Amino acid sequence: MIKPKIQRYKQPRTISEYPVGPSFQAGHLVFTNSNYRTFKPIIDITLCVGCLACYATCPDGALFRRGKKVSIDYDFCKGCGICASECKAKAIAMKKEEPGRNE
Amino acid sequence: MGDEYSIKIRDLTDDEYFFGHKACGGCGGSLAVRLSLKVLGPRTFAVLPAGCMSAVGFIFPQMAFAINAMISTFPGTASMLSGIAAGAKALGLRDYAVVGFAGDGGTADIGLQALSGAIDRNDRIIYICYDNEAYMNTGIQKSSLTPLGARTTTTPAGSKGTGSRTTKKNMFEIVAAHGIPYAATASVGFIPDLLRKVNKAKQTAGTSYIHVFAPCPTGWEYEPSASLQISRLAVASGLWYLAEYENDGFSLNHDPGEFIPLRDYLSAQGRFKHLGEEEIRIIERNRDEKWKKIRRDWKHEERTL
Ligand SMILES: Cc1ncc(C[n+]2csc(CCOP(=O)(O)OP(=O)(O)O)c2C)c(N)n1
Ligand code: SF4
Ligand code: SF4
Ligand code: SF4
Ligand SMILES: [Mg+2]
Repeated sequence: MIKPKIQRYKQPRTISEYPVGPSFQAGHLVFTNSNYRTFKPIIDITLCVGCLACYATCPDGALFRRGKKVSIDYDFCKGCGICASECKAKAIAMKKEEPGRNE
Repeated sequence: MGDEYSIKIRDLTDDEYFFGHKACGGCGGSLAVRLSLKVLGPRTFAVLPAGCMSAVGFIFPQMAFAINAMISTFPGTASMLSGIAAGAKALGLRDYAVVGFAGDGGTADIGLQALSGAIDRNDRIIYICYDNEAYMNTGIQKSSLTPLGARTTTTPAGSKGTGSRTTKKNMFEIVAAHGIPYAATASVGFIPDLLRKVNKAKQTAGTSYIHVFAPCPTGWEYEPSASLQISRLAVASGLWYLAEYENDGFSLNHDPGEFIPLRDYLSAQGRFKHLGEEEIRIIERNRDEKWKKIRRDWKHEERTL
């Protein structure tokens, strides 16, 4: 499967380690996006009917298919709440994030 | 009603070609890019001019595009697309797509000339405008696709005015007037329809253009979770429509029938909060005039949205 992954970024130390020209490897991630969240979507998998509406509407692709249902990649979920408002089965609840979790 | 271009959500690839980007939560434009690339596939060359999608997609060393993607100059989306199409042809490549994702400012204002040239040459490129109705990346300035009455930082509301004094430029029909092989309007609130249109553009043997309504919670002032609801309200209130142009003819994909009250759409967003009855009546009159022509002149074939 093609999907950008978190990689350890090696800070260039000499000029020859810098990329040549303004180009770089595609799909190269060094940061997660979890610190965007003030609310966190929680799926009640017993209510999920596997319709994939949440998967299709997540702007971040943070919802992925797992078997016949879905799961959330919390490293890349921003907590926007679109999935919860698009889920007709009401299987997704938005819960307040614990304060200070990123400190 | 579907057709041979329809794509089911469960048939979409699990690949993510736009992932880990730094768009605001709930960004409509980033959803349009993510889904379009799923349809176009890994053998896609993408061009992103200055604008939110390039700003959030390429933050070295955070590279959110998993495909070959490039930043163009602000006016140069279509020229870079033409160059890539020519290069790919010269190399004898097969089975690939060349796509641009430009904002409303990058399309209807500064990028219009290059786009017009590409359509004139009928280069085999796909041009997707994600329309968030202002210059968002630089702080919400009015573009020629900002609708009448919308508050932006350059069209303030209050003692100095009542928001944008101009109506939305009709990009879809401007593009169609070139006699382009395929053009469509779409919306992130109607995903099966969007997927079908991107798939159709992919298979068009010439220039294609898709204008995607792409709400921006930051610039329009609403809760990020409401992006798709807002998109559907825009269509239900008649302020956005889903249509196609091909073979010299327009067709409407969905007629909402009796429109919902404009207030339902407008008061859901901070940028329209200041509008009074008088201004809303003008917006309503413009809408009704447009729909009179659409219903009179365009074919209508109701589709699964
Ligand atoms: C020639 C030129 N003029 C101005 C800019 C500054 N600029 C960068 S992005 C941007 C706004 C883009 O607006 P739009 O095309 O609607 O895309 P959005 O940011 O809304 O996604 C502007 C004015 C630039 N990069 N190049
Ligand atoms: S939208 Fe709801 S029911 Fe459908 S797959 Fe997602 S969680 Fe399950
Ligand atoms: S809250 Fe937003 S970012 Fe997180 S999974 Fe749901 S739709 Fe995706
Ligand atoms: S400002 Fe608007 S268009 Fe730009 S990234 Fe944020 S939500 Fe998306
Ligand atoms: Mg814009």
